[in-house]
Amino acid sequence: MLDLECQGQTLIARLAGELDLQVADDLRARLDEALDQTGAANLVLNLEKVSFMDSSCLGVILGRYKRVAGNQGEMAFVAAPPRVRRVLELSGLFRIGKEFPNEKAALANLGQEVG
Amino acid sequence: MDYHNFLRLEFYSLPVNVGLARVAVAAFAAQLNYTVSELDDIKGAVSEAVSNAIIHGYEGAPDRLVKVVAMIRVDELEIIVEDSGKGIQNVEEVLQPGFTTAGERLGLGFSFIRSFMDTTDVQSAPGRGTRVIMTKRAGPREEHADAN
Repeated sequence: MLDLECQGQTLIARLAGELDLQVADDLRARLDEALDQTGAANLVLNLEKVSFMDSSCLGVILGRYKRVAGNQGEMAFVAAPPRVRRVLELSGLFRIGKEFPNEKAALANLGQEVG
Repeated sequence: MDYHNFLRLEFYSLPVNVGLARVAVAAFAAQLNYTVSELDDIKGAVSEAVSNAIIHGYEGAPDRLVKVVAMIRVDELEIIVEDSGKGIQNVEEVLQPGFTTAGERLGLGFSFIRSFMDTTDVQSAPGRGTRVIMTKRAGPREEHADAN
């Protein structure tokens, strides 16, 4: 469901599978824990391997955005499949984070060195 | 003869069953001539309605019953998601985008359902439960569909 990597000031979260009510609490806890441990300012969400997402996990994303934005950080979405793009658009979440085709482009935009 | 079919699911109000319900209803709906994107809409609508039943109707209690009925009438699918939980005081209010009573949730469940389905009707009475009735029309049936 989730693979995490920190590069500089940015936490990269690679999400996978079906993101619904069943995984929402775990996703929230693991993202918060990683933000706590790394102290990362920015959050990049790689959605390439997400096959389904509903409002339960969109709520988790909005909550992490509020946290990141509260620390003057930024959020970015990477490689969202068409279905995931649709729910991001419907929910208005594209207004809170820019969209990039790959992690490299997202990291460059957030001012991180690409490793 | 016009094609009709009926599916009924009943399960505990556990989050693990949200995925079960959406996959089962989508597999049933695939008997109609929906596009992949339309089947994804149906999955999304079932997911939102069942999640609402668990979180709001039953307030997270794990051992109450959620009922899902799906009916095919010729080229239209009707889905009913029903709980016998706490019900909704003011249905008009919960249909507003952004309305939520639960912490970090978006309040977009019903907005999503309305975007995904052709019609959405919410019937509820405080203390008696909530019933969400949704319909979506499919494309015309293909001529060779009855060959087997």
